[in-house]
Amino acid sequence: MSFLSYLINGISLGSIYAIIALGYTMVYGIARMLNFAHGDIIMVGGFAIFTIVSTLNLPPLLGILVAVVVCTVLGVTIERVAYRPLRGASSLAVLITAIGVSYLLQNVALLIFGSNARQFTSVVTLPNLKLADGALTISSVTIVTIISCIAIMIGLTSFINKTKVGQAMLAVSEDNGAATLMGIDVNRTIAITFAIGSALAAIAGALLCSTYPSLTPYTGSMPGIKAFVAAVFGGIGSIPGALIGGILLGVIENLSKAYISSQLSDAIVFSVLIIVLLVRPTGILGRKINEKV
Amino acid sequence: MAMLEVKNLSISFGGLKAVDDFSVTIEKGQLYGLIGPNGAGKTTVFNLLTGVYRPDTGSIFLDAQNITGKRTIEINQEGIARTFQNIRLFKELSVLDNVKAGLHNHYKYSTLEGIFRLPRYYKVEKQMDERAMELLKVFELDGEWDYKASNLPYGKQRKLEIARALATKPKLLLLDEPAAGMNPNETAELMETIRFVRDNFDMTILLIEHDMKLVSGICERLTVLNFGQVLTQGETTEVLNDKRVITAYLGE
Repeated sequence: MSFLSYLINGISLGSIYAIIALGYTMVYGIARMLNFAHGDIIMVGGFAIFTIVSTLNLPPLLGILVAVVVCTVLGVTIERVAYRPLRGASSLAVLITAIGVSYLLQNVALLIFGSNARQFTSVVTLPNLKLADGALTISSVTIVTIISCIAIMIGLTSFINKTKVGQAMLAVSEDNGAATLMGIDVNRTIAITFAIGSALAAIAGALLCSTYPSLTPYTGSMPGIKAFVAAVFGGIGSIPGALIGGILLGVIENLSKAYISSQLSDAIVFSVLIIVLLVRPTGILGRKINEKV
Repeated sequence: MAMLEVKNLSISFGGLKAVDDFSVTIEKGQLYGLIGPNGAGKTTVFNLLTGVYRPDTGSIFLDAQNITGKRTIEINQEGIARTFQNIRLFKELSVLDNVKAGLHNHYKYSTLEGIFRLPRYYKVEKQMDERAMELLKVFELDGEWDYKASNLPYGKQRKLEIARALATKPKLLLLDEPAAGMNPNETAELMETIRFVRDNFDMTILLIEHDMKLVSGICERLTVLNFGQVLTQGETTEVLNDKRVITAYLGE
């Protein structure tokens, strides 16, 4: 029974990684850049909810809505101010800028909210699910997380495959030069990608802080890096890859915490990444990317 | 007023004048050829016309509108579309979706309408599907609408690229070596297609080509580029019989 419980919690944690990984993978697929500030957007989302729910005593659902709006605006602004001027610059310059933005967000949060951990009130107020005469308890947050992840995956896949903007994203990710020549606005498409990724980060923030109810300016950093690992693990640029990578990572992390060592769990997670990359450098579902001539 | 009026266009890369004082006038409905030996600057001219490069000097007028120095996307909206020497379809997208990418600018609904599937989303997507299928039918690609673009045979990929370019509703269509890599049968069929596009879409076409059979078969006027400069221009038969042109291609 306890194995099942660890597994389910692992899947739930993995679902959060998967939602965050979507942001990395979409931005990488379309703008060919790694947005290392993505993890910190989760933290901003967390603080937005914290402010609405705990400070202003308003309903959690409103908190999530505000967080989604705040993160979307923030993501688009970061893209416009920090990344767009560097379009065409070397990828190293963009990477360093992204790390800079990440520190900026952490330190602004530090300035406003201080470094003390805040107690985060779960946004999920449903009762826990007890199975097998109470031998197996699944918390409601876990269930909501897994369901949200599935809904987001289905919604996003259908958005990308069935709408004009989604198709424009695919076109830009394949050949942005040809896309521009066909009248697709690459800058606008990239901005929309950041908007969607950041909105998802807000939701991930709500779920993450509800699962681990402590909030500091560094809350987003480690999950952000792990979600990046998940995206690479699954094959960066691939949306199903983000799902598979995220879930696998969550399960491996939780099982190694339970059965091997809770201190070593992160080390194990990253070792798995190294091994996967040695065997399959493009990740599980990654395609070989041909250099453009 | 001519459909395309290019005056004294020049661009240098480093010390090399890739295009030097290039001028051309193309009337509405004309089928115009741009020829010249390898490295003469033909594709650079296309890149200048579509805003991929900004000219150092000179001006470009499309249908009496000055489009010099505009961005690629603006130029596409003004009405220039192109195909590529090495086919650049969206390989992972379906044949239909490739054409729909070309329709992108002409059918509008907001991203939120797309996310929440509001009625306008269904309406506009349906219109796009219908328009795209019409275009595919013209090029006899409607049977393969759901194929991945990369799975089409070569000749059909060329046709799909033309269909995608036409979807952007251009006034001027630029074709960069449309017959490259085609066998004589495919080339003959392509010539028919190009003529058909001109006649049925009321299109002005500028094409780069090495295949002299195609050039002499369909182009009404020609400009010959050599080392970035205009060697000569005029009626096709005149130009092709010009000694200097033969020398430029074959040497002394």
